[in-house]
Amino acid sequence: MTFVLTAGLEVLAGISSLVLIALGLAIVFGMMRVINLAHGEFLMLGAYTAITAVNSGVNFYIAILFIAPLTVGLIGLIVERLVIRHLYGRIVDTMLATWGLSLLFVGLTTTVFGNTTTGISSPIGAVTIGNANVSGYKFFIIGVAVVTIVLVILLLRKTEFGLIARATMQNPTMAAAVGVDPKRTYAVTFALGAALAGLAGGVMAPITGIVPGIGTTFVAKAFITVIGGGASVMVGTLTASTIFGTVNQVASFLTTPVLGEVAMLLTAVLLVRLMPQGITGRFFRGSI
Amino acid sequence: MMSAAKLVETKDLGIHFGGLQAVQGVNFSLNQGELRCLIGPNGAGKTTFFRLLTGVHKPSVGSVTINGTPIKGLQTHQIANLGVGIKTQIPSLFDNLTVRENLWLSARKRNAHAEADRIADEALETIKLAHAAKTEVAKLAHGQRQWVELGVVIAGHPKLILLDEPAAGMTGHERERTAELIRDINRTCAMIVVEHDMEFIKMIAKTVTVFNRGEVLMEDAVDKVLSDQRVKDVYLGKQTGGVTL
Amino acid sequence: MTLELNNWAAALVAGAGALLAIFLIPAIFNEYEVLQMMIYVILAILALSLAFIWGIGGILSFGHAVFFGLGAYSYAIAAINFGETTSAFLVAIIVPSLFAAVLGYFMFYGRISDVYLGAITLTVSLVFFKVANSTSGPSYRIGKAPLGGFNGIPSVPRLTVPGFPEWELGTIELFSLSVVLLALTYVGLRFLISSDFGRIVLSVKENERRSELLGYDVRRYKLLTFIIGAAIAGIAGCLYANWGNYTDPSVFALSQSVQVIIWVVVGGVGTLIGPIVGCFLLQWLTTWLTTIDTINKDVILGGILTIVVLLLPQGLVPTIRNLAWTVAARATRHEEKAV
Repeated sequence: MTFVLTAGLEVLAGISSLVLIALGLAIVFGMMRVINLAHGEFLMLGAYTAITAVNSGVNFYIAILFIAPLTVGLIGLIVERLVIRHLYGRIVDTMLATWGLSLLFVGLTTTVFGNTTTGISSPIGAVTIGNANVSGYKFFIIGVAVVTIVLVILLLRKTEFGLIARATMQNPTMAAAVGVDPKRTYAVTFALGAALAGLAGGVMAPITGIVPGIGTTFVAKAFITVIGGGASVMVGTLTASTIFGTVNQVASFLTTPVLGEVAMLLTAVLLVRLMPQGITGRFFRGSI
Repeated sequence: MMSAAKLVETKDLGIHFGGLQAVQGVNFSLNQGELRCLIGPNGAGKTTFFRLLTGVHKPSVGSVTINGTPIKGLQTHQIANLGVGIKTQIPSLFDNLTVRENLWLSARKRNAHAEADRIADEALETIKLAHAAKTEVAKLAHGQRQWVELGVVIAGHPKLILLDEPAAGMTGHERERTAELIRDINRTCAMIVVEHDMEFIKMIAKTVTVFNRGEVLMEDAVDKVLSDQRVKDVYLGKQTGGVTL
Repeated sequence: MTLELNNWAAALVAGAGALLAIFLIPAIFNEYEVLQMMIYVILAILALSLAFIWGIGGILSFGHAVFFGLGAYSYAIAAINFGETTSAFLVAIIVPSLFAAVLGYFMFYGRISDVYLGAITLTVSLVFFKVANSTSGPSYRIGKAPLGGFNGIPSVPRLTVPGFPEWELGTIELFSLSVVLLALTYVGLRFLISSDFGRIVLSVKENERRSELLGYDVRRYKLLTFIIGAAIAGIAGCLYANWGNYTDPSVFALSQSVQVIIWVVVGGVGTLIGPIVGCFLLQWLTTWLTTIDTINKDVILGGILTIVVLLLPQGLVPTIRNLAWTVAARATRHEEKAV
């Protein structure tokens, strides 16, 4: 029984991590058809923001849950204004320009923080389940993921912004015709995606060794989760994260963590091949 | 002129998209060398039918046979290789290549290099664009692009040509030239032409098939069709009894 | 529309350039500097391979390094096991080509393209990277070759002159070989691109739909393009393993794949000279930045890439060409007016 609970916790935590990592990119890709390859660096910047804040004496939770997302959201806004905005519709050019930005961010961060591994420790200690000790932080990750999902769904479905964002995504000309400024919407949407990445980076900081180059590991996972998920932001991300996260955890448990990652990657390849429009290109079409 | 074997034959052809029956129970046939026009109001199923013939859509019911070969399960390029030349509604060409290069690529598929050169030059003459041979297609006017696409289609020496709105967006003079071109091509090749432009239809048509609400309403000589009251009603939205678009 | 030499003229120029490089450079520069330049030449071959599949074939792979890495690793493993390097050289071409055939079939016959192709190729190269990194430990070996995990395979045998197993290629010989291969690849690709096959491949990139409607099996053309690119990348990989007498998982890294893309973008997608220039320029820039050690090189590289994409979307060489063409056209007009 203990085993089932601990294994289940691992799987849920793994899925939650993936959801948090991918959600920002999913929003930006799903709503704006933009592939932001600097997404990993937004995560990295979120982690460094959280670390800097905590090391300056700010409360852990405030640093991770508020300062990191807000800071990176602001950075995202600037990026959208300066770069992304000029490249709408040019999907490949956007990928290339954002990769340039990612290199830029890595370079700047290395200049400021150096190349050594840093991190912060989680204030949440171990929790006992049955006769096993598990990291309490895993519950925190799952909690943050759940709350974030709920908030994003509410934002997209219940708020005026969400409606406008979805409308603009589906038909920008029409949205403009009814008085919506698509440029504003894109700017805010991109900033939201960046903020979510910052949040994820902050949340991951206590359990990952943070270096300026950490973004690469994140961006690949996020990218395949978003592509695998398909056009629907929430449902796509959730289903893809569940499948990939589960495969990763189960395979890691049965073999090694490396093979677990490989299994996940190969599953992604297979999935994209079988469903080239992603999961929500075939199932749950038109969902949020 | 009439051959025993039909060039194109559809049996009870039908397709639905979700709840919408776009094409239903169509038994259509075309003889070798025949020119047929397809007309009908918006939403009548002409373009859907066209796409069923080109393999873009797969039928829900029924079959399509071209030159004796059922096209079920065939990829687009395989259908093209049966001897079918296709011109879609929006001109689809190699914009950054010259007119001659476009024609050459079409001819090269079924001919060796030197022969392809000859055929490309021949096609240039037929479409009367020899002076624009080295011009990039993107730089041409709309009417000229339509002619280039006709040239590309004929350079493949097809047995059957499917044209979707060849006269779209053309001036009066351009329309006449296009009609002349089509009549010229028809001397060696069967054609199915989907069109909206009634003036244009009158210039080229012999037999006309009228589509309405996914079915064939009537099929007869052009003057009979165009003077038929049912056809007029259908275009004015009376016949159906339903909501006009 | 551009000032293009015809292929034979280009072949002459490339040949002359190669001969000049082979004789002059070792005479002017010392062995260390020749070694430095060799890597530029080798990476330029890699750049050409992506220039072909992307610029001509329209296939943007985000994991192109996988073929480079397969070339390097398969040469190393084969050379160590066979004890003979000529066949190992062939293996370095065959292995990436075979893999490209399988992966290409998987993708193109599944009608995968654009961003989805990018996702799959990125993921595949990542798999190789992770697997290569995890093979530390004596039990991980293929035949006599230890895989070495993140340390890679050391003591990779140098290429020898075919038929003379004692005659290992020295630095200058290896440099000459690299230059010759670069020139041959460049000229070969030029001829390929202007052949009927090349023109069809270009047409598939231009308008896939129209190519299909003409009866061309676009899947097959993409597959062949992909395989050719992989073979060339494999050659580059083999030379790379020779250059340092070692290979490690960094050949599979995402950053390696992206670097190749950057060279092609900066140089000019759709050209062959462009990516060579882009590669030389950026490699030189990276080396120089690392030596002067003031501004972080990633900042500069990243900045350049972003700015090039925003301001010079065509890349350096086409922009310069167009500029030259405009200048030449204006000059001719002035001449005509003067007359």
